[in-house]
Amino acid sequence: MEIGLAHYLSVSAILLTLGIFGIFLNRKNVIVILMSVELMLLAVNINLVAFSSYLHDMVGQVFALFILTVAAGEAAIGLAILVVYFRNRGTIAVEDIHHMKG
Amino acid sequence: MMYVLIVFLPLLAFLTVGLTAGKLGDRGSQIVTSGAVSISAILSWVALYQVAFGHAPQTIELFTWIKSGGFDVSWSLRVDSLTAVMLVVVNTVSALVHIYSIGYMSHDEHKPRFMAYLSLFTFAMLMLVTSDNFLQMYFGWEGVGLASYLLIGFWYKKPTANAAAIKAFVVNRVGDFGFALGIMGIFMVFGSVSFDTVFAAVPSQVGNTFEFLGYELDIITTISLLLFLGAMGKSAQLGLHTWLPDAMEGPTPVSALIHAATMVTAGVFMVARCSPIFEYSPTALAVVAAVGASTALFAATVGLVQNDIKRVIAYSTCSQLGYMFFAIGVGAYPVAIFHLFTHAFFKALLFLGSGAVIHAVSDEQDMRKMGGLAKHIKITYAMMIIGTLALTGVPFFAGYFSKDAVIEAAYAAGTGVGQYAFWCGVGAAVLTAFYSWRLIFMTFHGAPRATKEVMSHVHESPFVMLFPLYVLAAGAIFAGYAFYEPMVGHHYKEFWGDAILILDRNTVMEGFHDVPAWVKYLPIAAGVLGLLVSFNMYIRRTDIPVQLAKTHSALYQFLLNKWYFDELYNFLFIQPAKWIGHQLWNIGDGKIIDGLGPNGVSARVVDLAKRASMLQSGYLYHYAFAMLIGVAAFVSFFFLSSGS
Amino acid sequence: MIISTLAFYLFAALTVASAFMVISSKNPVHSVLFLILAFFNSAALFVLLGAEFLAMILIVVYVGAVAVLFLFVVMMLDINFSELRQGFLQYLPIGALIGFILMIELLMVVGGWSLSPDALQLSSAPTVAMTEMNNTEQLGNLIYTQYVYLFQIAGMILLVAMIGAIVLTHRQRTGVKKQVIAEQVYRRPEDSMVVRKVEPGQGV
Repeated sequence: MEIGLAHYLSVSAILLTLGIFGIFLNRKNVIVILMSVELMLLAVNINLVAFSSYLHDMVGQVFALFILTVAAGEAAIGLAILVVYFRNRGTIAVEDIHHMKG
Repeated sequence: MMYVLIVFLPLLAFLTVGLTAGKLGDRGSQIVTSGAVSISAILSWVALYQVAFGHAPQTIELFTWIKSGGFDVSWSLRVDSLTAVMLVVVNTVSALVHIYSIGYMSHDEHKPRFMAYLSLFTFAMLMLVTSDNFLQMYFGWEGVGLASYLLIGFWYKKPTANAAAIKAFVVNRVGDFGFALGIMGIFMVFGSVSFDTVFAAVPSQVGNTFEFLGYELDIITTISLLLFLGAMGKSAQLGLHTWLPDAMEGPTPVSALIHAATMVTAGVFMVARCSPIFEYSPTALAVVAAVGASTALFAATVGLVQNDIKRVIAYSTCSQLGYMFFAIGVGAYPVAIFHLFTHAFFKALLFLGSGAVIHAVSDEQDMRKMGGLAKHIKITYAMMIIGTLALTGVPFFAGYFSKDAVIEAAYAAGTGVGQYAFWCGVGAAVLTAFYSWRLIFMTFHGAPRATKEVMSHVHESPFVMLFPLYVLAAGAIFAGYAFYEPMVGHHYKEFWGDAILILDRNTVMEGFHDVPAWVKYLPIAAGVLGLLVSFNMYIRRTDIPVQLAKTHSALYQFLLNKWYFDELYNFLFIQPAKWIGHQLWNIGDGKIIDGLGPNGVSARVVDLAKRASMLQSGYLYHYAFAMLIGVAAFVSFFFLSSGS
Repeated sequence: MIISTLAFYLFAALTVASAFMVISSKNPVHSVLFLILAFFNSAALFVLLGAEFLAMILIVVYVGAVAVLFLFVVMMLDINFSELRQGFLQYLPIGALIGFILMIELLMVVGGWSLSPDALQLSSAPTVAMTEMNNTEQLGNLIYTQYVYLFQIAGMILLVAMIGAIVLTHRQRTGVKKQVIAEQVYRRPEDSMVVRKVEPGQGV
């Protein structure tokens, strides 16, 4: 069967959904949230590159490159925050982080 | 002009004393009010002479009151014989009561208010009797009801007085409702509320019916019965009588004025005034007679065993009113008014005399704590004897002429109702004599049952209180003999003129002179019988009453508790009304309206706010989840709405 | 032809499976490793799509830097193997439902449309065939000319991220011995040396 755009986009959709699941279904620790964000960004990247390929347009890949950059930066900052938080609170279990309750 | 003065002088007195709020001082207010009403009284006698004996009735229009579409009402003073008689009664008794109050209320702190209320009452009553149309009469009707409420509850710091005042007003209201319906019916049928118009149009409506709730009702009968309902309330007839005994909570002058001579007779006056209507409805007249006769007997039975001196006289009033009504019911309107006339004198005398007695025994009203007062307060004793002689129908005294006339008229009517009324009247006469003499014997004779302290203070009343008693005693002695011929004699038609309508088929006014001899002597015999039994029970063998009360304790209790009417009404009307009120208040207002309205809304707001605050859990994944739900919703919305 | 199809399905399946394991494995280290696997497989997908530069960059940057960073942090934070806490299953049905709805919709959109024939004319930077210029060159052509500003800004972002990470996690440690070169250089003999006359045979 000819692999069309739709297939790649389906993969991307599934990855996106899994990433979304990961954000609010996990009860273990906050790192999984960050990883889920990375998954979602990956899904977006696949999406962009697939379109770029099928529309014969390079802009998609340029955009994907920049997204990659930003994702890396965001992962770094996120983890730094996590480290500092862990240093101050001693736990990164999701259920213990509800200081904004109200 | 004179008539205007007669009616409005008491109003001026009330306004002067009432609006200056006691600045005139006690003496000033007493002089102003007593003076004004006394002038009215003197003028009333002049008016009586002019109008009734001079045969010159008048109508004086004052000014227009309401002019609305077809409804045209004006303030007018209608002065004919009936009015003149009532003017005399009202003003005379009122003036004497004003003067008496100067002495009786001398220890009271609120004299100006009392005098002002008395004048207000007098004005309202005068308005009632001089009215030329039903609306004006209703105004006076309500006015006397108001004054009665104010005066019964005069000592407003006493809870029983307040309760009695409210009871009087509410029970009157029930009657007034019937009266109002009657007036509305009159307007609906006749298109006017003016007496002249209505009375002239009544013959044309005889036999006509109107439809109500699927029933065909005779117009004249219905209107008459509704009007009589008002009279029942005002005159304390059986069924709406419960307020009269409790009205004795008011000061004694009030009882004398309102509940003996004037306000309670307003019902009788009103029915007599409406004789052009009642004459055409034999059914209504029969009802009137039956109710009156029953009341006469009922009240007399209850009066037998009462221990409060004022209550005995109150039930006596109720009974005599019953007499007046059954006289009307058999068609003898002049006889009823004649009895009203004489009754005013001797009943007021009895009340004021009992006031003097109460004053003498330091405000004690229970007869069981009196006794042996005759030698201490001789003048009061004599006055009370005169009043009792008049009441029990001893020949030559006023009551003999009028009461016998009533009983004879009942016999002469010939109808079934008439016979019933006759025997009730005779029975009530026996009982009346009994309890009247019982009152005298218990109060004045025998060994003193009061404490030594009280007996040492027993004193005769001052002249200002005795003077009215003298005047009234004169009336009680002479009024019957003097007015018998003009009012109910063979020339009664000249006296009354057009004030009272008596149809040709109604022959009772002629017929009652010709009753058999035994009928004429029966009331006298009844009076003597009552006197003898009372003498036996209260002078010779004073142990009999106690024995009787013990052996017939059920009957005794039944009579003592006024045939349990109050308890019955409480059960039938008051408790359900309170229950309904309670339901409407708690559930209707509290739960439903407040619950759905302010309280409910605020409670729901609090609820929602609490739930909304639960959204702020602090957990990141909750927030993320909420965002996801939002995204899903958006996507679904666009997905479905664009129909891709 | 068939190989590319098979390859696609293989890599796609592995990507999805490892993504699933990322979010559902108990051990966080396992999660990170599965993430790395997902990255690898998607890099393969990129190659299938003809974007080989991007695929390699994915491996170098994502796997080599980001995922390793994740691993560092996971190891550093000494996280216990946490059991499934209470309440997880409470949200599972509704969460699964919402996510499922979203996925279905996405798939329907994806499957249900078709590209309009004009779309191909709209491309702003049309690709040329592989033989003329390879993917990296084409990318370079675009980035350094048209999107150079964005490229610089991307660099700035990375700089800020780096500084930020250091600032956030930096803490003063007490008792750490450090060299201050300037001080060392500026030391004068007078501050550190004292000449003392010592008699022979005696100590200091």
